[in-house]
Amino acid sequence: MGGTLYDKLWDAHIVRPGENGEDLLYIDRQLVHEVSSPQAFRALGEAGRGLRRPETHLAVADHAVPTRGRDGAPTDPVAAAQVAELEANARDFGVRYHALTGEGHGIVHVIGPEQGFTLPGITLVCGDSHTTTHGAFGALAFGIGASECGTVMASQCLVQKRAKTMRVELVGTLPGWVSAKDVALALIARIGADGARGFAVEYAGPAIAAMDMAGRMTLCNMTIEAGSRIGLVAPDDVTFAYLEGRPGTPKGVDWDKAVRHWKGLASDSDAEFDRIETLDVSALDPHVTWGTSPDQGAPVGEHVPDPALAATGERDRIVRALAYMGLEPGMKLFEIAIDRVFIGSCTNSRIEDLRIAARVATGRTVSPGVRAMVVPGSAATRAQAEAEGLADIFRAAGFEWRDAGCSMCVAMNDDRLAPGERCASTSNRNFEGRQGQGGRTHLMSPASAAAAAITGHIADVRTLMGQG
Amino acid sequence: MEPFTRVTGPAFSLDEDNIDTDVIYPARFLTITAREGLGAYAFADRKLDLGGAPVLVAGANFGCGSSREQAVWALLGAGVRCVIAPGFGEIFASNCLRNGVLPVVLDRETVEGLHRSAQAGNVFTVDLHGCTVQAGEAAPVGFAIPEPQRQALLNGWDETASILARDGEAIEAFEARQRQTQPWLWR
Repeated sequence: MGGTLYDKLWDAHIVRPGENGEDLLYIDRQLVHEVSSPQAFRALGEAGRGLRRPETHLAVADHAVPTRGRDGAPTDPVAAAQVAELEANARDFGVRYHALTGEGHGIVHVIGPEQGFTLPGITLVCGDSHTTTHGAFGALAFGIGASECGTVMASQCLVQKRAKTMRVELVGTLPGWVSAKDVALALIARIGADGARGFAVEYAGPAIAAMDMAGRMTLCNMTIEAGSRIGLVAPDDVTFAYLEGRPGTPKGVDWDKAVRHWKGLASDSDAEFDRIETLDVSALDPHVTWGTSPDQGAPVGEHVPDPALAATGERDRIVRALAYMGLEPGMKLFEIAIDRVFIGSCTNSRIEDLRIAARVATGRTVSPGVRAMVVPGSAATRAQAEAEGLADIFRAAGFEWRDAGCSMCVAMNDDRLAPGERCASTSNRNFEGRQGQGGRTHLMSPASAAAAAITGHIADVRTLMGQG
Repeated sequence: MEPFTRVTGPAFSLDEDNIDTDVIYPARFLTITAREGLGAYAFADRKLDLGGAPVLVAGANFGCGSSREQAVWALLGAGVRCVIAPGFGEIFASNCLRNGVLPVVLDRETVEGLHRSAQAGNVFTVDLHGCTVQAGEAAPVGFAIPEPQRQALLNGWDETASILARDGEAIEAFEARQRQTQPWLWR
């Protein structure tokens, strides 16, 4: 029997086999940000330890940083101190740091790939659950807590438990205006917010082969919303074309050697998975969420569910979600008016995401009363969007055009919803209070979020674009 | 970390599935870089007062979402040493184990019984030597936990120190191998 990609990556990183599938794994690289690292650096300092391999870490402040007025530190003194602490730690411990004002700044999960820091075949960790994103390159990448960040800094290792394997086979061809985000929301709605817990998920099939790296990153990013710490796509020519020539990627003879090695990183044809899910994407509609968990979503033409018609176990959950969201059972999703629009986050802030949102915004204006913002995932993405004229399109349509950061995905800076405000968001979590205390989030794709901005309510982008 | 051997006291019942770490520790407090003193922020937006209960009985997929260890530090700060649920977000459970907080997984039916018992005000005793939960006068319920994790909790071992003390040679051997097979990772 052949092996899965996950098992190959795992086996290649075992430093010492342990009991019950709990092995000591070697960690090749770590992304470091301001929220989950200060405690880890402090623990190192207190124990008188240094970093085993400082050159394998890359630090950037993204969670708490302001997305306008980038020339200065955060105005919130607590956030400013947090960012300053990261800068000081990077300097003191010899870790590469991308400053807020630098060309390399951005969200960890956007700059990792952009800088060629993320490579196929490596283990990559970060004190952030959306580290699943980097699995799109065939890297074994997973989110960890702050204590584990410190363990990696000191030892370059972690004890981890091997997961079961799940293959998600995406067959068919994605219809126009339907994207990887819609696939993710449909899949999570089907299997549940803990449906993939304990599994490492590998995405495969014709729709993956045809998908660009941005789409693959979106899918892998959202894998944690189904409870799995690992999303994977086997590296292929699309991956290599994306990576070639980026600052951190191997060069010359090394590149050829690396690509030869990376081409072997795939599940064998006779590999056995513990579970297989198949999704035909050909007839997929754009999806949006109506509740407070990413699995509470539906095709955009559907209705808000009626708890009275739901299974007993689901009823209470739906009642609670609708009460928080301020929605009536049975109302059409189209009838939901929105106050704010957020296009950004490590899920959907790459140039491909901005291009599609800009297509929807071209020649149109944001609905009166709606406040819409576009927050590119990195300084490089921002510069590219400006060069391509996308920023002008957004500004002309009435969108705010911001500097890079996590922004209103996590609402740690001053980009946040007021209590009761309702947001069409391209981010990853519609949890209570996620975008601000009392705020209400509807997750969707960049195209759908742009359509919501223009129409002022949840909308089918295909109708707006004359293709419905 | 503080060893975990046995705790006795009241249990707080939070009978709701998919309680995420944003609910446990709202993001706006994540700019605080201290690990201590976070108890006041636990469930801040739900305005739940755990009343110092050392045991929290929770719903399925408790601690899903963000990897923020602040969620565990806040629970610990509020006095929680053990969380019992039908299942946990994986990163949350892993964070618990590194902070002397015991995550106990039991089947849904058993957890339902423990919710009722907690709501009735019964005293809980969670014993990691015998791996049992006892609620009030009911018969103790056994739970399973991998032995390495049990030992780490019982002894309060620090993972970093353990790896550095035990695995130095294995790490060096791994690195020497990888330099040969994937030299581009070492430029």
